Amino acid sequence: MDLMTFLQLGDSTFRLSTPLLLACLAGLFSERAGIFDIGLEGKMLAAAFFSGAIAFVSGSVWLGLLAGIGASLALSLVHGLASITFRGNQLISGVAINFLAAGLTVVVAQDWFGQGGRTPQLAGAARFQNITLPFTEQIGHVPFLGPVYVELISGHTFIVYLAALCVPAAWWLLFRTRFGLRLRAVGENPAAVDTAGISVVRLRFVAVGICGVLCGIAGAYLATALQAGFIKDMTAGRGFIALAALIFAKWKPVPAMLACLLFGFLEAASIRFQGQPWPGIGRVPVQFMQALPYVLTVILLAGFIGRAVAPKASGLPYTKER
Amino acid sequence: MQKMPAWADVVLIPLISLLLAAILSGLVILAIGENPWEALKLMISGSVGSSYAWGYTLYYATNFIFTGLAVAIAFHSRMFNIGGEGQAMLGGLGVAYVCLFIPWPHWSLALIGATAASALFGAAWAALPAYLQARRGSHIVITTIMFNFIAAAFLNYLLVNVLKPMGAMDPATAKFPAPTHLPSLHDILGAFGIPFSKAAPANVALLVAILACVGVWLLVWRTRLGYEIRAFGHSESAAKYAGISPTRIIMLSMLISGGLAGMMAINNVMGEAERLVLNSTEGAGFIGIAVALMGRSHPLGVFLAAILFGILYQGGAELALWTNIPREMIVVIQALVILFTGALDNMVRMPLEKLFLAIRRGQSATTAGE
Repeated sequence: MDLMTFLQLGDSTFRLSTPLLLACLAGLFSERAGIFDIGLEGKMLAAAFFSGAIAFVSGSVWLGLLAGIGASLALSLVHGLASITFRGNQLISGVAINFLAAGLTVVVAQDWFGQGGRTPQLAGAARFQNITLPFTEQIGHVPFLGPVYVELISGHTFIVYLAALCVPAAWWLLFRTRFGLRLRAVGENPAAVDTAGISVVRLRFVAVGICGVLCGIAGAYLATALQAGFIKDMTAGRGFIALAALIFAKWKPVPAMLACLLFGFLEAASIRFQGQPWPGIGRVPVQFMQALPYVLTVILLAGFIGRAVAPKASGLPYTKER
Repeated sequence: MQKMPAWADVVLIPLISLLLAAILSGLVILAIGENPWEALKLMISGSVGSSYAWGYTLYYATNFIFTGLAVAIAFHSRMFNIGGEGQAMLGGLGVAYVCLFIPWPHWSLALIGATAASALFGAAWAALPAYLQARRGSHIVITTIMFNFIAAAFLNYLLVNVLKPMGAMDPATAKFPAPTHLPSLHDILGAFGIPFSKAAPANVALLVAILACVGVWLLVWRTRLGYEIRAFGHSESAAKYAGISPTRIIMLSMLISGGLAGMMAINNVMGEAERLVLNSTEGAGFIGIAVALMGRSHPLGVFLAAILFGILYQGGAELALWTNIPREMIVVIQALVILFTGALDNMVRMPLEKLFLAIRRGQSATTAGE
């Protein structure tokens, strides 16, 4: 495999990891605060549709992004109401949100655009354009480092860089600020946080809100950057792969990035080598590659590669003592 | 003191939740420029208006009874089996193997064999997540979700590369041989002189589904194992104290659950398609969640909720055919039902409890005054 193939593979790994990473960090905030979220998929899907639709109608990708975040936040609010305010089952709420998004996006898309549940193709300012980083011309001819910089690091959309920045930001917020300490505490022992005079309900709503914003960006990326428009069910299980990555990363930001890069690489490689033998391995069925992230996560959960322990109060509604 | 009479819990709350879901669905239909009242009429005439319509409604309902019972039995041991979809896919594989490779003399024997195989394959697919939950503490919801995706990839691989007959284009098995074809409701009712549509896919699997309802009721409320499952579901620590093994209960309830989900395949694979196709389950595994929630995990409730969802499915297909309301509207309704009957249960329950308490206080005040 020559350098160019390798760099192209890396390039598409970055592109495909980005939505996973954003959704994974979204789940990280929610679950660290004690709210299970299996509705990542639905929030991304809703955001993908509304960002695509508004970007097409307005011609501005930024308005699209805002609309996507808004749609995702609205579903987050439903999840918060169900699981925080009314202390309902968080898993069932997540399932409902996934279906709600899967159904509503197609129903609304059909009504607005009449193209069988998709938005029209986006072009120009309605999409995120690739950004060429400075000094590509000067560094481009340097052997090895030049092509790495030009092909691999430069030339992605804004959201790819944003997602990369979100990792240290999430780490700092969660592990180096008072807010982060409280957020993690509310996922481990909400009664203690309550005793300290801090509102469990408010903290959890904030966490669910952050989750909504990140899922919104992830969904907008799918429709306005990775592809040119919304198509039915375009998340294609990415929300669940992100969930798998979150477990794989043991609910930590930097490992989350690594897990998402791994799963993104698996997807990139299965696209790159579809129908041809892999270098050094031979033919691999494409279905095997599709199942691999899930298989790896189950093996991890089985305790063969370390042990994944979720935040202690995750999934449990908090009832204040009277 | 009990806050609410039992009938309110069993009947009133699901009905109010259903009404809320229906109102919101109506608003969605209104928003896309259609008339909700006309849509409702069309749905009802399209799903129960003729024996043809009933044939489809009952066919869908049969699927949902199996997956609904699967989710319900797991709910009793407080397990959330979200993997009905994958287990039903594997059940289909079991049915395909049994029908294709065993020369059955008669459909009745084939049905017994296929039922056993589908239950076995479905249970096997639930076994590993159950084991991981029981012994390794890994969350059953996460593992069963993962197993749904693994099942889809596995089946896709088998159909494309292994089971597809030579020269065929679409990824599906060969047609099952004629002796395995199940009698439809047309054949069964015809034997009693009752006319029924010949074109509809409802078949003898409906009777198996009803038997399964009775079986689950007997199991949960009339056997020692059922008692242990319910005790475990109410309080794990109390059950442990009473000498009930958590591992055993988790494994058994999940195996039964997976088996029931797998048995759906005798309806959709053996009864209708008569071969195994890609995505044969069409999301029925997930609808089982809505059905179990609506039916309050009771077999009779599951049966009624499954009929309701059968009506929704068949009616929704009619809507898509005759109006501008796409088929996905059913998914929206299904989501709203899950949301209101499952996640937002307390939103309906808490005001009702207050109301009943207020009524009761009023009554005791008047009796005290006399």
